[in-house]
Amino acid sequence: MTAVLAVLEQRDGAVRKTAHEVVTGARRVANDLGGGATVDALLLAAGPVRGAEDLGRFGADKVITLTNAAFGSYAPEASAAAITDRATSGGYPVVLFAASATGKDLAPRVAARLGVALAQDVTDVTVEGGAVTAIRPVYAGKALLKVKFLGRPALLSLRPNVFTPVERPKAGTPVTAAVAGGPGRVVVTSVKAAEAGALDVAEASIVVSGGRGLKEPANFRVLEDLARAFGGRAAVGASRAVVDAGWRAHADQVGQTGKTVSPTLYVAVGISGAIQHLAGMRTSKVIVAINRDKDAPIFKVADYGIVGDLFEVVPRLTEEIKKLHG
Amino acid sequence: MPAVLRNSRFEDPVKIAVCIKRVPDTETRVKIAPDGKLLDEAGVKFILNPYDEFAVEEALRRREHGGAGEVVVIALGAPAAQETIRTALAMGADRGVLLQVDRVPADGLEVAKALAAELKDGGFDLILFGKMAIDDYNHQVGPMTAELLGLPCVTAVAHLEIEGGKGVAEREIEGGVEVVDFPLPAVLTTDKGLNEPRYPALKGIMAAKKKPLDVKPTTLRAGGLEILALLPPPERKEGKIVGEGVAAVPELIRLLREEAKVL
Ligand SMILES: Cc1cc2nc3c(=O)[nH]c(=O)nc-3n(C[C@H](O)[C@H](O)[C@H](O)COP(=O)(O)OP(=O)(O)OC[C@H]3O[C@@H](n4cnc5c(N)ncnc54)[C@H](O)[C@@H]3O)c2cc1C
Ligand SMILES: Nc1ncnc2c1ncn2[C@@H]1O[C@H](COP(=O)(O)O)[C@@H](O)[C@H]1O
Repeated sequence: MTAVLAVLEQRDGAVRKTAHEVVTGARRVANDLGGGATVDALLLAAGPVRGAEDLGRFGADKVITLTNAAFGSYAPEASAAAITDRATSGGYPVVLFAASATGKDLAPRVAARLGVALAQDVTDVTVEGGAVTAIRPVYAGKALLKVKFLGRPALLSLRPNVFTPVERPKAGTPVTAAVAGGPGRVVVTSVKAAEAGALDVAEASIVVSGGRGLKEPANFRVLEDLARAFGGRAAVGASRAVVDAGWRAHADQVGQTGKTVSPTLYVAVGISGAIQHLAGMRTSKVIVAINRDKDAPIFKVADYGIVGDLFEVVPRLTEEIKKLHG
Repeated sequence: MPAVLRNSRFEDPVKIAVCIKRVPDTETRVKIAPDGKLLDEAGVKFILNPYDEFAVEEALRRREHGGAGEVVVIALGAPAAQETIRTALAMGADRGVLLQVDRVPADGLEVAKALAAELKDGGFDLILFGKMAIDDYNHQVGPMTAELLGLPCVTAVAHLEIEGGKGVAEREIEGGVEVVDFPLPAVLTTDKGLNEPRYPALKGIMAAKKKPLDVKPTTLRAGGLEILALLPPPERKEGKIVGEGVAAVPELIRLLREEAKVL
């Protein structure tokens, strides 16, 4: 029977949120393929993975955990080898990854080993007349490229936050197998974690970003307060202008030379909306702009705009959001 | 003494290759060609891919540290990519190779195969790529080339130390920074933050004109992807200015709840 392979990520022994999206995407592709196609979820880990038991709910029929001591941290070479083996032996027509930092590193290695094409960071995947097609933003989001896979398996990585997880009342069958082999030549020796509990802008479902309009680094407190009011779902992003000025970390930069984000809600505060900034956030579901210049280009992509002084508008917005969540 | 010289391997001149791509300027207004599949290049200004500037800069700094060595830039592209190579030569690279094709294919693996064939016997200690090309956003050619060459690879490197035939790289991941050890020779792809690329000086521009640039006609297979269409991005539905100042906040909240349904 045909199955779609969903390659999932875990960190520190727990399934990452993007895994639910990748399984959801795989489910969609399996349904499109028809003929009762199923979804195999694949985890690489040093031991049992917390959250693996939930993957059935998002569409996994089988949850395969391959274990090796090297999988305790990201082991690119050992992972690529294990996934390639699995993809070959399973005869999958489609293999999906998350377009995360790890997925984007891993997928090309697997594609090269399998000798097949890869589409990274796709925002849509469909099966048309048996052929897999994918849509991905190109030219800094100023156009979309639609491509058809000519060979198999089709490899794709899915842009985070685009494939909204869909649940169903089912469980997946767990399968665990140990895989042999060393860690490889490229070894992650440590991870310098960002501030505990801080959400990454690329993964948060709400992003509140600030630009030069904030005037000085300390004023980002206003945005941090707003982000907190959303109750742990929001991350604070930044324009390049303020990253270059050293006000915020590069990890928070949204845009062409920063991160691409697709949150449910993007709030641009004191950001003019330069084309390179838009490149990183224009696929957000809903965009709100707060800017005192009514002609700022950001208003052209914003669904809702408020013209005004951010130092007045944002605190008020924070109060109102708190009321909703209070 | 510079780190790169301490290792016996590097007592020989350091040989570094940088793969560079000619891409439309970031300010380009995208017009789709009549075939509905490609960019209409009329009037488009082309530049050296910004991520590849980090790669060229890194190569130059390592060579300058070592006091000897060679930096070779390689582009696969149309004849006009010679200009892109000259830009890198003007920054300070020693020589260039153009793998000349009519058009760069959509399938990054085909590009990687051609680059790997060119790099294979070059005896490079380091092969550098950009993290991604800002036209096709393929995000794959570097690690694919590494796999084809059987070399270790670290992608999206934002910090790099090399010493004693070994490297330590840092790369951003969601919510943190990975510290990665790797042996040389290796393939790296570069991210913003690694360095500040230099601008070519007038002297460099003049010197670049005399540096060797080898043009090699190349044929590629079409690869595993067929372009069906290049489409304009979905029109964001006409946005609205909710109002001015704090007075507009309650209405914004209402719209976000009732119309957009995101709160
Ligand atoms: C190759 C390249 C890559 C780039 N990559 C990126 C990228 O990844 N990300 C990115 O963001 N940029 C990028 N840029 C830079 C980009 O072109 C802009 O320079 C940058 O986005 C501007 O940042 P900003 O909007 O914060 O600042 P500005 O353009 O200065 O805008 C500040 C805004 O704040 C408003 N404002 C000021 N005071 C207030 C107030 N009190 N209340 C409300 N509003 C106020 C102003 O009206 C103005 O619109 C790139 C540029 C190049 C050339
Ligand atoms: N046609 C090309 N010629 C030379 N190098 C390329 C070419 N295409 C991509 N690259 C290299 O691969 C990197 C990643 O590109 P991509 O995978 O297309 O996003 C670029 O930053 C370049 O370093």
